Amino acid sequence: MDFYLSKKQRAIRDMTRKFAREVVAPRAEEIERTGEHPYDIVAQMAELGMMGIPFPKKYGGSAGDWVGLHLCIEELSRADILLGIILDASTSIVAQEIFLFGTEEQKQKWLIPLAQGKELGAYGLTEPEAGSDSAGLSTTAVLKGDEWIINGSKQFITNTNLDNASIVIITAKTQRDLDGKMVISTIVVPKDAPGFKVGQKYEKMGMRAGATHELFFDDCRVPREFLLGDIDKGFAQHLTVLQTGRITVGAIATGIAQACFDEAIAFTRKSFQGNQSLFTSQRVPFNLADIAMEIELSRTMYLKAAWLKDKGEKHTLEAHFAKLFCSETATKITSEVLKILSPYGYLDKYPISRYFRQAKLFEIIEGTSEMQRLVIARELM
Amino acid sequence: MDFNLTKEQKDIQKAAREFAQGEFDLDVALDLEKKGHYPSEIHKRACELGFIGMHIPERYGGQGLGLLENVLVVEEFCCQHSGIGIALSLSDFGSEMLLQFGNDAQKEKYLHSITNGEATSSLAYLEKDQGGNFTSFKSIAKRNDNGYLINGNKLFVFNCTLSGPVIILCQLENKTRLAENGALVIEKHIDGLVSSSMGSRIGMRMIPMSELTFRNLEVSHECFLGSEEQGQTQFMQSLNKTNIEAAAIGTGIAQGGLNLALLYAKQREQFGRKIGSFEAIRDKLADMATKIEVARLLTYKAAWSFDRNILNSTVNCMAKMISSETALEVARDSLHIFGGYGYIVESKIEQFYRDASMVNIIGTPERTDKGLIADQVIGKI
Repeated sequence: MDFYLSKKQRAIRDMTRKFAREVVAPRAEEIERTGEHPYDIVAQMAELGMMGIPFPKKYGGSAGDWVGLHLCIEELSRADILLGIILDASTSIVAQEIFLFGTEEQKQKWLIPLAQGKELGAYGLTEPEAGSDSAGLSTTAVLKGDEWIINGSKQFITNTNLDNASIVIITAKTQRDLDGKMVISTIVVPKDAPGFKVGQKYEKMGMRAGATHELFFDDCRVPREFLLGDIDKGFAQHLTVLQTGRITVGAIATGIAQACFDEAIAFTRKSFQGNQSLFTSQRVPFNLADIAMEIELSRTMYLKAAWLKDKGEKHTLEAHFAKLFCSETATKITSEVLKILSPYGYLDKYPISRYFRQAKLFEIIEGTSEMQRLVIARELM
Repeated sequence: MDFNLTKEQKDIQKAAREFAQGEFDLDVALDLEKKGHYPSEIHKRACELGFIGMHIPERYGGQGLGLLENVLVVEEFCCQHSGIGIALSLSDFGSEMLLQFGNDAQKEKYLHSITNGEATSSLAYLEKDQGGNFTSFKSIAKRNDNGYLINGNKLFVFNCTLSGPVIILCQLENKTRLAENGALVIEKHIDGLVSSSMGSRIGMRMIPMSELTFRNLEVSHECFLGSEEQGQTQFMQSLNKTNIEAAAIGTGIAQGGLNLALLYAKQREQFGRKIGSFEAIRDKLADMATKIEVARLLTYKAAWSFDRNILNSTVNCMAKMISSETALEVARDSLHIFGGYGYIVESKIEQFYRDASMVNIIGTPERTDKGLIADQVIGKI
């Protein structure tokens, strides 16, 4: 047993913390208000090597590990969850899927720019009628000559319609040559593929700068070799990387929970100012004690899951525990801290207002809490 | 013991429901919410039909009914739409002070305009660093030969940019000493009364929320409201009604949230089934309905007691606490059932969640409520 971070992991955390505090935090309110993607901040993250932490140097990564990436994600999310979400889709999911299942040629073409942070990837799984039931999709891809002809739509897809958003990896129903059976495959769709259209940006309750759109494929054509991995393992591949996405959401949720705590403790210290003692007032201090404990548990859980992943061990339960516990904890903490800061915290000039609107998202994305419980229960039984 | 509503009460409930269903247009609501505009047109029509100030005597334009009837209307309005519902429900905010303690001239002058929709009332009580304690104010009204000279400032004053009266709670200063708290009622649109917006916020965006600043504001003797000796008691008494109304707002929002979730759960299919047929969702909906029933019963009991002059501020505080909590929990769970759709601004439920978070700032703060309840149940130590 060893709870120490390695020197490299500590360096990543400390560097990110400094970057988040100095560069990101002062901009977070404006980013949320205007809803504009912070190209300059993402470019700086790329320069610092944050977009490819777990990948080898030869693929544009920083040759770190998944623990390091998640420490980085927590620290970024503490200043602005948007950056955590960008890393979730682009690094944890899309880049990893290409890294694990792509051909050498595909890695050269797509993984390197993603890991370098020059480009961003999106992950297209959800459809209007396929949310929690993501295998119930209706998008199809038919092989015609040397091209896939894709028809259908995807929704709530983040990291789309940006200048540097290069590809979206989608799941689609295809027919296996061998026996004609319908299977789910994964196909890489570049942003300029003919027949690929991006819909209006969604107006969301929070994370308004998240580039989330509906995507349409209308006889969309991509070359045959843009199939990723096995033709009939598309769904399994997605589940593999989605598991990492769940650890990532755990780290993001921990970041926002920590940000709430930071607000609450500063506010409480100011209002206590020596004229009250814990013997005359326990309500808020005890509440803070609980919040601190829950955050520590959240952090420990996502780190354990990431650590198991680094060790190459099975971590299905731990990844889902992390996603479920961290997200539910974050939502709960936002409303508790709102009460501590009441009535001021409800005003948008206090960051807790932003956190409250944002946090609920984490119980929904990368599978709702119900889906986490379903996987956990299935695993247990 | 009788839990039935009277025929008249049921009719009022039905009329309020039909009015809200007919008048609270969703597109209009989205637009008002986005712009932060008051629903003036709808408010006007609600007044024409007698829905505002039901408990105000007929001679002042009200219906001369009880608070319970008022509660039924508030509940229906907030159930149909949290944003418009809260705005209409709080249009007579603070008028209880006028009704209970105003002299004939003051009642004549102000109550008609509140019931006929020309005005909305405001109550200025909260100050910076107030905590849960309303026994003293930093705003000072100094008595002189011509009237009073007011200095100080107030926060979170509802309806302040709309025309009508504002009731200001302050500490009275005689020639020699600081005396009791007192209340003054003045027109909001007078020279010397500086009002500035508190800015955007999580919810309750349709209601103007202002900071008021008084700098040597001169008002006449006629502005004094109630008795000089009883200022504090008057204020706390009037908050009884406010807290009950807040409880009705919470119950209504919770019911509205549940209604939306029920509709969705019966229509949305995943895994080849309506999601309302899954045990996890059914349990959630059952819990939501149970919480609402509890909140509603306590709210009705509080209103019923109020109408019979059974002074029971403990029950009022309990009703408000449980209802505001229920509103938040139910709206959160309802949004959750919508999944990704719930997080989109057009979903309506996202607004219920945001508005629900702010119910607890209406009336006394939760820490005050808890203190009052604890005093009552513990007694002397």
